[in-house]
Amino acid sequence: MRLLTGNVSRTGEVVWWAGDRWSPDVADAVGLEPAEGEALLAREAVAEKVNDLALVEAEPGPDGRPRPRHIRERIRAFGPTVRPDLGRPGRDWR
Amino acid sequence: MYRYDAIDRALVDARVAEFRDQVARRLSGALDEDHFKPLRLKNGLYLQLHAYMLRVAIPYGTLSSRQLRMLAHVARRYDRGYGHFTTRQNIQYNWIRLEEAPDLLADLASVEMHAMQTSGNCIRNISADQYAGAAADEVADPRPWAELLRQWSTLHPEFSYLPRKFKIALTGSAADRAAIRFHDIGLQLVRGPDGALGFRVFVGGGMGRTPFVAPLIRDFLPAGAFLSYMEAILRVYNRFGRRDNIYKARIKILVHDLGAEEFARAVEAEHAHLRTLGIDAPEAEVERIAAFFADPPFETGLADAVEDGGDPAFAAWLARQVEPHRVPGYRIVNVSLKPAGGIPGDASAEQMEAVADLAERFSFDEVRVTHAQNLVLPHVRAADLRAVYEGLAAVGLAAANLGLASDVIACPGLDYCTLANARSIPVAMAVADRLRPREAELGELKIKVSGCINACGHHHAGHIGILGVDRKGTENYQLLLGGSGAEDASIAQILGPGFTADGVVDAVAKVTEVYLRERRSGERFLDTFRRIGAQPFKEAVYG
Repeated sequence: MRLLTGNVSRTGEVVWWAGDRWSPDVADAVGLEPAEGEALLAREAVAEKVNDLALVEAEPGPDGRPRPRHIRERIRAFGPTVRPDLGRPGRDWR
Repeated sequence: MYRYDAIDRALVDARVAEFRDQVARRLSGALDEDHFKPLRLKNGLYLQLHAYMLRVAIPYGTLSSRQLRMLAHVARRYDRGYGHFTTRQNIQYNWIRLEEAPDLLADLASVEMHAMQTSGNCIRNISADQYAGAAADEVADPRPWAELLRQWSTLHPEFSYLPRKFKIALTGSAADRAAIRFHDIGLQLVRGPDGALGFRVFVGGGMGRTPFVAPLIRDFLPAGAFLSYMEAILRVYNRFGRRDNIYKARIKILVHDLGAEEFARAVEAEHAHLRTLGIDAPEAEVERIAAFFADPPFETGLADAVEDGGDPAFAAWLARQVEPHRVPGYRIVNVSLKPAGGIPGDASAEQMEAVADLAERFSFDEVRVTHAQNLVLPHVRAADLRAVYEGLAAVGLAAANLGLASDVIACPGLDYCTLANARSIPVAMAVADRLRPREAELGELKIKVSGCINACGHHHAGHIGILGVDRKGTENYQLLLGGSGAEDASIAQILGPGFTADGVVDAVAKVTEVYLRERRSGERFLDTFRRIGAQPFKEAVYG
C-alpha cells in the first residue's frame, strides 16, 4: 500500500492524496495500489499544482488509518519532531 | 560596514523584479516546475520537507542592527517567528510560501541583503572570522578582502556554472576561527618579511563524502595579485574539474588527484597570464572598500577592568563568552545560540530584535554570525558588559558555554532537510543535556552533528563528530573522534559500528569518561585523543 504526496506549488505545504482532492492532513490519505498510484501520479504531475510528487510506502497506523512507513515521511506528515508546537495538533510522528 | 553603491542596489533591485516576474509566471502556469526550479534555486529558495526554505546570504557573517531587525521581521511576517543560523554564517527560514517570496526578497533588498548564490554551482557566500576588526591577535582585517571577493564573484559570468559549488573563507589571524582549511579556498592574511600584506592560500579542503584538509598551495600571495590569483584558481578548476560525476566534482578531488604541487603549478601558469590583464583591483578601489571597515569611534582612556560584583552567573558568562579586544577598554562578546533546551542556531524574532538593540546601544551597531551558529557583538565597552549580559539574559541568550560540550553544532537534519537521512537536532540536544552538568570540567570540547554525509553539521571537524545515516529505514549514528576545524585542522575518524540515537548519546558520555581518566594537565579532549589514539575509546564504547 502506498500514499501519494507532494508539496503545493504555491505555498510549499505538504499534502496527501485523499481520494478526490489533496489534503494537508495525512489522516485523510487513502492507500493506493501500485498501478493506481502510478496513474494518479502521472495525472497530477501534468496538473502542476503539486511539486515533488512521490508514492511512499504506507502501513496501518495505531488508529488503523494508513500512515507513512518511513520516518522521513512521518516527519513530513506531522512536522519537525523538535518543534511539536508547529506540527499537526494531536498527531504524533512516532 | 560596507554600504551598497548605486551598482549594488540596481543589481539587487533588478534581481527582485526579475524573480517577481518568474514567480508570477510559475503561479499562472506559464512556467512549469522543471524550468522554474533552477530559477528559484538561484535565489536561494529550496523546497524542503515541510515547505519552501529560503537561505539568506550574510556576507562574511556581518550584520548591522537594521539588517538583523529585518531578519526578525522576515521571521515574523513570512515564517513562523524564528530563523536558523547556519554553519556558513547564513540564515535559513523554513516555512516560506512561494507566493510571498518576492515581497520577502524586496524587504531584504531594502536593507542591502539578498539570497543570490546561496545555492547552485557558483561561488557561495564568502565567510570570514567573526572577530574580524576586533581580534587582539589579528594581522589585518579580512573584511575588505571578503567584500572585494563578494563583488568580484557576484554574478561572475565565467564562474556561474562551475563543476560544483565553491566556498571561500578568510581569516586575518593565525588562530583559525573560520575553518579555512575545510573550504575550497582558505585564505589567511599574513605579513611578508618586508612587512607587506599578503595571503597564505589553501585550496582543496572540504567535508562531505570525501573530506580533505586543504593543502597550502601558495605561501605568500602579495595582496596586489589577489583577484588575479583567485581567478586563476577558479579558471583551472573550471577547466579541469570533473563534470561527469557529482561526487567527484568539487575542487578538492581535482587537487587530490593532481597533487597539490601539480595543481599549484597549473594555477601559477594560469596566473602568469592573468596577472597581465589588469584584473586586480586598483589600489584606490581596495582603499575605497577598506574605508567602509575603518574603526568605529572607539573611546580612549577607558578603564579596562571588569568587576563581576560577586554574581557567579555573570562571572561564569564573563569567563566563557567574553574575549579580549585589540582596543583597551573593549571586549568581544559571544552570544550563545545554544541555551539549555534550545535548538542549535535557532533564534526567535524577539531574540534577534533584542540582540539588534544591544548591538545598537553597545557595539557600534554591529553583529556577527559565527560558523559555530552563535552570534557576536564585536565591540563592547568593558563597562557595558553587565548591561549586555542582562539584556541577553532577558531573552534567554546568556548561556555561558562557548566551546564547551553543550555548544553543539547541528545541521537541520531530518526534521527539516530533504537530503537528510537522520535527525541531528534531537541528538545534539540530548548530547548537550547529558554533558552539560560536567562541561566545565570537560573544558573545550567541540561536538558537531550532521544528519547526512553532506556534513553541513561539520562532523568531520568535531573533536567528537556524529553522523546520522539511514540503516534499513531506521536512524543510525556513527561516532567520529579527533577532528578539528581550527588551525590544527584534522579529520575525525569513525570509531566503529553505529548506534541508535540513545546509544550514541551513551557512547559520547563514555568517550568523555575516558578523556577525564586519561588526560594530562592542560590537555583538551583533542590533545588527549591525539596522544593516546582511538583504542582506549573503542574499548570503553564497544568493549
